[in-house]
Amino acid sequence: MASALINVPKKARRGEIIEIKTLMSHIMETGYRHTAEGEVIPRDIITSFSCRYNGVEIFRADLFPAFSANPFITFFTIAQESGKFDFEWTGDKGFSDTASASIIVE
Amino acid sequence: MKHESTRRQFLGLAGSAAALGAVPLVTLRPAAATPASMTSAIRAVVGEATVRTGKVKLDVPPLVENGNTVPMTVTVSNPMTPADHVVSIHVFNEKNPQPNMGNFYLGPHAGRAQISSRIRLADSQKIVAIAKLSDGSFWSATTEVIVTLAACTDEVI
Repeated sequence: MASALINVPKKARRGEIIEIKTLMSHIMETGYRHTAEGEVIPRDIITSFSCRYNGVEIFRADLFPAFSANPFITFFTIAQESGKFDFEWTGDKGFSDTASASIIVE
Repeated sequence: MKHESTRRQFLGLAGSAAALGAVPLVTLRPAAATPASMTSAIRAVVGEATVRTGKVKLDVPPLVENGNTVPMTVTVSNPMTPADHVVSIHVFNEKNPQPNMGNFYLGPHAGRAQISSRIRLADSQKIVAIAKLSDGSFWSATTEVIVTLAACTDEVI
């Protein structure tokens, strides 16, 4: 997916704490801004983000309009097994996007 | 003729300026978070539990030039074991339109209780980060931030 940027180490030692960085391109319209005519611009944000590691959810976040455009979230996890990270973003107006990254644990 | 058109332009401009000024006042006032609404938003998360100060470290620059993207890091100094770990981290503010900023759910598999993100700040204000531990206790940290260019509410596009 071109709209998501994921940074996961390619290799890690078993038991190592690794940092995962994610960025999803999205306008994150707050719903509190107005056009010059005074009309409210409807809210359009990502409301939920989750990360699964080999199918098990390891991180989840609820997002609010206070998140900047192109929400950037980093978190940590312990490298347990080689496998795949699956990332999912969902939001207003039926927004849904996914991304994945693989890791080799030695 | 020229005089009349400038007068008309002036009146038109004054009218639209008044409309612009009035609309945000009417529609934004009730939505704006206040220290009281932050307290109730915090209550909604922690319930009746007491929130103690400590363990949590909230890193936000003390002086922010642009409130549209403010880097934020929350670190909780607590072991991450199945028996004793951080369950979730919640961030609140007192002057954005909404008191909630974000909720982050972790677990013992996180290894380190630390999250980073970028947030919007509508005004110079107080930010509170609260961590929930697996034993049900809540810990918090508070930071004051000065914002020179505010985010979201006052822009008209």
